[in-house]
Amino acid sequence: MKRKKAICCLFAGLVFSGLLAGCGSKNSENTLTVLNYGKYLDPDAIEMFEEETGITVELEEYITPENMYTKYRAGAIDYDLICTSDYMIEKLIQEGEVLELDYSNIPLSENLDSTYFDFSKSFDPENKYSIPYFFGTVGILYHKDMVDESKVNSWKILWDKEYSGQIIMADSVRDSFMVALKILGYSLNTTDDEQLKEAQDLLLEQKPLVYSYLVDEAQDEMISENAAMAVVYSGEAGYALEFNDKLAFSVPEEGSNMWIDSWFIPKSAKQKENAEKFLNFLCREDVSMMNFDYVYYATPNQKTKNSLDADLQENTTIFPPTETLNNCEVLKPLDDKATMKLNLLWKEIKAAD
Amino acid sequence: MRNVKRQLLAGPYLLWMAGFILLPVVMILYYAFTTTSGHFTLLNISSIFASIHLKSLFLSLKLAVICTGVCLALSYPLAMILNNMKEKSQGFIVFIFILPMWMNFMLRILAWKLLLSNNGVINTILEGLGLPVLDVLNTPAAVVFCMVYDFLPFMILPIYNAMSRIQQDIIEAAGDLGAGSVTIFFKIIVPLTMPGVVSGIIMVFVPALTSFAISDLLGGGKVLLIGNVIEQAFMQEYNWNLGSGLSLVLMIFVIASMALMSSKGEEGGAGVW
Repeated sequence: MKRKKAICCLFAGLVFSGLLAGCGSKNSENTLTVLNYGKYLDPDAIEMFEEETGITVELEEYITPENMYTKYRAGAIDYDLICTSDYMIEKLIQEGEVLELDYSNIPLSENLDSTYFDFSKSFDPENKYSIPYFFGTVGILYHKDMVDESKVNSWKILWDKEYSGQIIMADSVRDSFMVALKILGYSLNTTDDEQLKEAQDLLLEQKPLVYSYLVDEAQDEMISENAAMAVVYSGEAGYALEFNDKLAFSVPEEGSNMWIDSWFIPKSAKQKENAEKFLNFLCREDVSMMNFDYVYYATPNQKTKNSLDADLQENTTIFPPTETLNNCEVLKPLDDKATMKLNLLWKEIKAAD
Repeated sequence: MRNVKRQLLAGPYLLWMAGFILLPVVMILYYAFTTTSGHFTLLNISSIFASIHLKSLFLSLKLAVICTGVCLALSYPLAMILNNMKEKSQGFIVFIFILPMWMNFMLRILAWKLLLSNNGVINTILEGLGLPVLDVLNTPAAVVFCMVYDFLPFMILPIYNAMSRIQQDIIEAAGDLGAGSVTIFFKIIVPLTMPGVVSGIIMVFVPALTSFAISDLLGGGKVLLIGNVIEQAFMQEYNWNLGSGLSLVLMIFVIASMALMSSKGEEGGAGVW
């Protein structure tokens, strides 16, 4: 009897250690584990990097910054390099989860326009931790034949009963509240109970008119003309415009959110050197161009931008003009209490009839 | 010694159970009864009584009941028809029912999304025929529809299985003794297929109750089932404690419904499949 137990234990131990070894073995190799938004990096660029350096890249993807936080915090995978949005980077910096970058290993970061390093100071005050990758705003992507174009300069059009069942809202707490808060004239970083409640009332009022709440799929729905307008990121709008020339994009006058997606190296990094090599590679003109072509968001890479066609450089959907950017706010991380409050308000909206 | 060897064969499964069933349940229990800082609390469990959570739980129960009802109403006659066919064609039709399951169910849901959307295939055809267009996508109706579509084979197969086991002699004997077809149906066929029905109900009701992917994709973010609340707690809010607490409550509902159904079927559903 005892012996049987011993055999069982041995067997269990063997299999478990096998499982664990399977998880851990990657660290010793010449690898790089990257965590990025979906469809946010040209697969050919990764292949090129692998060929040039012999480093094997493992790419993991996520949908929203909150998803990213969960994946990172779960700790199942040791990420070496992560790309995410401004406020989430600030939150992680505050939590001490971000390593300082060694710019001497990333000489090509000089290709980036210093304006965007200045913008990044709102979440990374000394530019110690992050390198901007893409940036943009949030606005309304609309169908020119289905929507009265004189009205798209205001977020209020999303509350117009005429478009009932043709409106796609953002399925993300911060972006949806941003729209409501901007209509009310408040900061999108407010934590004031009454202001948030007012915004929630507004969003509840809007729900019956909404076709669906989407993030990544919004552009596809707009391209196939399933809805008249959608709240999307400027980059997505630029992409959708390429596929359907009846679409147009507007950043309402009430102001909007300017976002910067940046790379940072988290504390979990096992391959910091490889991560910096990859960052340097991403700043290279040709690679940055590949990624621009693939993602079609505004790139902070000055060299890449200069080599684009003139009309593309002047495309205000992709490259928001400075006056638009100055009218925008960057998201700030909220403290735990405010986050919980906001999540609850959002859940009430989602559960409403 | 030979006995030991034979028992060793169960080792991998035991390991599987320990690692992927027991351990997760223990972790859920731990998270469910603690706060983020690790102190004991009942708040995560009692938060099911928060009005939004209750609302989504009732919506889940409602949709699951409707889905199970529709599946049963479709499957029972189908199984009967199937059972009366020639043996060769029976095999072929069962094969057709299983055929869609060869494809990943997420892909099938996405396909339905394309079919049902405003400018989708179905509406284009309806418009072409001059009929009013469908406006079901992003409503609970679309969610129920897709649940029925997805889970129907799980209802048909056990019922068909139970039905094909009824010996023809019994039915003939009943006929010889003067029972009409209605009597035969209610006194013989229904009781004898009960285990299959119970098994089918469990296999449809449980996944329908706990599903979140279908409502996420076809509900357009507007249909918030309890599964979506749990998913959001884990993925968006980073509140594993709340997610675990709600999961535990949902588990109780699942176990309760299974116990209730098993007590109705004589041998319990599990024996059939």
